[in-house]
Amino acid sequence: MVTRETVASEHGSAMAHDSSDARIWAAVGEVADPEVPVLTIADLGVLRDVRREGDEVVVTITPTYSGCPAMDLIRHEVELTLNYLGVEGRVETVLSPAWTTDWMSDAGKAKLVEYGIAPPTGKRAVDGPIPLTLTVRCPLCGSPDTSELSRFGSTSCKSLWRCNACREPFDHFKNL
Amino acid sequence: MSDLFEYTLRLGDDALIAAQRTAEWIAAAPQLEEDVALGNIGLDQLGQARSLLQYAGQVEGVGRSEDDLAYFRNERDFRNLQLCELPSGDFAHTIARLLYFATYQHLLYEELRMSSDETLAGVAGKAVKEVAYHVDHATQWVLRLGDGTEESHRRMQSGLDAMWPYTAEMFASDDLVRRLAGIAVDPSTFADEWSRRITQVIDESTCSRPESSYQHDGGRDGRHTEHLGYLLAELQHVARSHPGATW
Repeated sequence: MVTRETVASEHGSAMAHDSSDARIWAAVGEVADPEVPVLTIADLGVLRDVRREGDEVVVTITPTYSGCPAMDLIRHEVELTLNYLGVEGRVETVLSPAWTTDWMSDAGKAKLVEYGIAPPTGKRAVDGPIPLTLTVRCPLCGSPDTSELSRFGSTSCKSLWRCNACREPFDHFKNL
Repeated sequence: MSDLFEYTLRLGDDALIAAQRTAEWIAAAPQLEEDVALGNIGLDQLGQARSLLQYAGQVEGVGRSEDDLAYFRNERDFRNLQLCELPSGDFAHTIARLLYFATYQHLLYEELRMSSDETLAGVAGKAVKEVAYHVDHATQWVLRLGDGTEESHRRMQSGLDAMWPYTAEMFASDDLVRRLAGIAVDPSTFADEWSRRITQVIDESTCSRPESSYQHDGGRDGRHTEHLGYLLAELQHVARSHPGATW
């Protein structure tokens, strides 16, 4: 992983165009989600693209939910990172293709479990007018004996659950 | 005023006014989980409103931002459905409205994903997944309240009845949507499917589907109930008291 400091100190050295792009991608990808700080925007799949338009670097990000209040901060952090790198650039937000939990990396899912949040199961939980609830494994004790307390949790992307085995409440990153 | 601007404004205003009403429940819902749920639903609606109003501003091309459109228009300039502006009322009234409105939005956005307008298709593709959760939430409550106690049943029925006279407006077709064929969705095309879905939930809840009654309209032309002015006063007051302020 390239830290901002090493990246900043390396700036100015004549690096090959490709490796420079990869470097920008790696550095920008390390921006953390302010609401789930163990995840980076690369883990989440919020970072969609880094490309060049002339002398400018264009970073494309996409929100998890339309109203995600973290987007403004993420955009700002990406701009700061570009600034650290000494790169002229701007951030574009796109809605299409729509973000899905399928874009979350396996590394990201593993980090979520460690953090105490059950990761998305990869199956759509809502279909048709009568709801069907799928089991979510407790991230704390691993039991599949859990129940949903509320389909809406502390942020748009999470629902609130309780483990019937260890009795602990936990968040679940909703399938979208 | 271009057709596309007018159409985008309709969708954006629906979402904005619905968001404002939904947000009224924050810190006032019957239980903490519900507070959080309605807060999240309102946030989704607000996010949709922002994307749509921002796009409306671009289409209009005279430099109005999403904030200009939200804060510096008067009642008669708003194009939202009257259903969205009705007072939140009893909790069951709010849930009845959410069932009607979210089911409508879901069918609308499903179709709008195929729009030849890339921005509208993008907003719809994002929103349809969020709205599926709204439909689900409303459905769960209608079932629980309708098939609950005598009192909860009575209130749920009363909510379904109170919102019913504002539902036909959602499916009114007009020259504007016909001129925008391929871009806009003609809502009359999914009225039957909406009715089928709503009836299924209401039947399951042991409530009765409201009888046909006088149906209000006019929201798309800027004619509103007396409630919209009060809602806008609250929504717009800070921005108008401190024009140009940022935070």
